[in-house]
Amino acid sequence: MCGIVGLLIKKPELQPHLGEWLVPMLEGMAERGPDSAGLALFRKPSANGQIKKYSLFDPTGQVRWQELLEHLKNRQYAETAVSASLTSQANHAILHTNLEPPILKPWLAEHYPAVYVLSVGRAIELYKDVGSPRAIAQKYQFHKLAGSHAVGHTRMATESCKFLEWRLREGDDLATALAKGAKEFDGFYTFLMGTGDQLALVRDAFACKPAVVAETEDYVAIASEFRSLAHLPHINDAHIFEPAPEELHIWKA
Amino acid sequence: MESVTFDLANTTVRQINSFLHDRDKLRHVSLVKILNPNGAHNLACGIDSPIAVEIHGHAGYYVAGMNQQARVTVFGNAGTGTAENMMSGLVHIKGYASGNAGASAHGGTLIIDGSAGLRCGISLKGADIIVGGSVGSFSAFMAQAGRILICGDAGDALGDSLYEAVIYIKGEIKSLGADAQIEPMQESDYQAVAELLSKAGWDHDPQAFKRVASAKQLYHWNANASKEY
Repeated sequence: MCGIVGLLIKKPELQPHLGEWLVPMLEGMAERGPDSAGLALFRKPSANGQIKKYSLFDPTGQVRWQELLEHLKNRQYAETAVSASLTSQANHAILHTNLEPPILKPWLAEHYPAVYVLSVGRAIELYKDVGSPRAIAQKYQFHKLAGSHAVGHTRMATESCKFLEWRLREGDDLATALAKGAKEFDGFYTFLMGTGDQLALVRDAFACKPAVVAETEDYVAIASEFRSLAHLPHINDAHIFEPAPEELHIWKA
Repeated sequence: MESVTFDLANTTVRQINSFLHDRDKLRHVSLVKILNPNGAHNLACGIDSPIAVEIHGHAGYYVAGMNQQARVTVFGNAGTGTAENMMSGLVHIKGYASGNAGASAHGGTLIIDGSAGLRCGISLKGADIIVGGSVGSFSAFMAQAGRILICGDAGDALGDSLYEAVIYIKGEIKSLGADAQIEPMQESDYQAVAELLSKAGWDHDPQAFKRVASAKQLYHWNANASKEY
């Protein structure tokens, strides 16, 4: 079993509440997966189009993030002047840099082999760890996170993401990629997917895997079960529904 | 007779259910109210007393499961497996019910004011299910006895592999399941529809309903058509 949650804040002035509203959603799904959790957060990308965001994870806890940053900045590249900054929280760090993955990833593999690159993008930040969802949320201070939308999970298999990631890379838009997914995948699923500016939800034809949506003027919230939505502001006035099988829902951030 | 109120903000589902199972404590109680359910699972399960239970908010999975005698009302939506295995009594969902509503229910009545999700009345064994809205795909799958009244539409494979249960539906059927067929309404069917509608207090014209029942082609093994199974 696993639990999924998603939250998209419609009004920019409410985006500072994203983390605060999302953490109880994630904790509400702890019974569906008490041993691990993850969170993908989307924020407005940097104005500088050259800058990419890397989400780094060090499961050993041995890496000193500021040392890694200094080491990277002092590194000489023939063609590229290195610009880099880093924020870290426990085993995770978000690195902003102009270095492209073909340069950064081999450098990390050589000097910091314990470090995983969880995500590369302009809007996305990705956190994953083992432990109870509550402990993970505390460790990485999820309640302080601000942004337009986020997708979280308690335990999960993410193999199908590879297919969708590939289709998006090949130029499909989210709706097309998900429609092709419905033809390719033969298991039961509920997909909740975030991109830089969209949140998408679709269930397979048999709809064995649960999903509940609550929508107000301020937000769209999705969870495997209603109990993860019960704390949200004005939930009693929200439009609450379960998506029908193969019904594609896409919300724009 | 008195009424007792539990608030799930400061008590547990187990405490409430233990109270609802304790016939000594229930002797002078006619109504139990449950506040702040917030989607909790297994609320009001396994009751065997003629009391009224009101759940004010949305219930989680298996609400009023295995119910006997009690009248349970949910003033909100209900999760998977609403009133599953009910034996008698009445379960009334004022909002929508998720998947598998009324699964394997042997007796009693389940009223859903809104729509029900997939597999409503799967393996029904004798209860009445009355749905104000629509039902999802695979509803009444392998339903053996009982009646399902649907005021809205049905998804795919309605009544697949039906036994002796009967479905009455007012709206559109996306597709019938294997061995399910639309049959002419008899006078007894109109009476049954009127009776079910009156249980829910709804004002539909019984003449507008169709009857779906088993063609009984799957009752006996047909060796000549083994690939059909």
